[in-house]
Amino acid sequence: MTALLKDEPLVLGDVRLSSRLLVGTGKYASFEETEQALEISGTELVTVAIRRVNLDASAGPSLLDHVDRERYHILPNTAGCYDVESAVRTAKLARDLLGTKLVKLEVLGDPKTLLPDPIGTLEASKQLVDDGFDVLVYCSDDPRMAVRLEELGVTSVMPAGSPIGSGQGVLNPNAIRIILELVRVPVILDAGVGTASDVALAMELGAAGVLLNSGIAGAREPLRMAAAMRDACTAGRNAYLAGRIPRRLYANASSPEEGLIEEAGPGPTERG
Amino acid sequence: MPVNVRITINGETSEVPAGSVADLVEHLGLRPEQVAVEVNKDLIVRDARERTTLAEGDRVELVTLVGGG
Repeated sequence: MTALLKDEPLVLGDVRLSSRLLVGTGKYASFEETEQALEISGTELVTVAIRRVNLDASAGPSLLDHVDRERYHILPNTAGCYDVESAVRTAKLARDLLGTKLVKLEVLGDPKTLLPDPIGTLEASKQLVDDGFDVLVYCSDDPRMAVRLEELGVTSVMPAGSPIGSGQGVLNPNAIRIILELVRVPVILDAGVGTASDVALAMELGAAGVLLNSGIAGAREPLRMAAAMRDACTAGRNAYLAGRIPRRLYANASSPEEGLIEEAGPGPTERG
Repeated sequence: MPVNVRITINGETSEVPAGSVADLVEHLGLRPEQVAVEVNKDLIVRDARERTTLAEGDRVELVTLVGGG
């Protein structure tokens, strides 16, 4: 029966995804745990960071040995970049390394909040779009910022639900709803996810996907949380597509109010 | 032509055999497909590594993938 419940793929540039969960590869205890968590999560697009080669341990195993590129698309990020130039340089290094046009752009403001710097984010987005990248932009949940980014030609806007790694979930669902009304490109909730209900909420609002990392990697049992996040993403997506009932102040009986036996039902004082 | 050149690799000064970027990657024992290279802030694309010669004082960045969100 569930085969009847068709859904559109999530299209990001040249990439088509049936899973709407995007999963990061940071902070796991081992490459083996990373590999298992990715598999259980059902993700098809995994994020990675770009860093200097450790020349003292250059012959050791690489993350690339544990991410099957037949199975996963790779989304390199510019995490750790606090200015336009280094973010753009990092994106270009990533493109050469991976042969992908996709990039998750982060231009950060400060290391305490890890909130995006809006001006730098706009400028770097423009440069990367002009250079042919498919830019997925980490941004704040400011609806006008999302519109400006869309106008520059980015592939996806990715507002933070709350600060990166904070586990606070979606702090301003109304801002996400407004962004979803104002832009046409896929809106992916990125950052702040603490548990499965955060994923479900974002998807129920109509987000095209959710990107998370710490919520799985930092859980007491990462593999079980990977399963929870997978299920929440599907549940929230189906709830969104199904269309929830409106919220009402008063009850609305689901059993017939007619045909009750004698003396059942509300008496004169109980009738509203 | 000097036998060695003094360059900076990932912020550390180092003396390496003179040659191309591709030679440097090999000299350091890195897997070529798992690194990307900048020289003096310019990306040296994969196809250009053989023909790009390192000069005294060059600043080289060698990067790879690590786990991240």
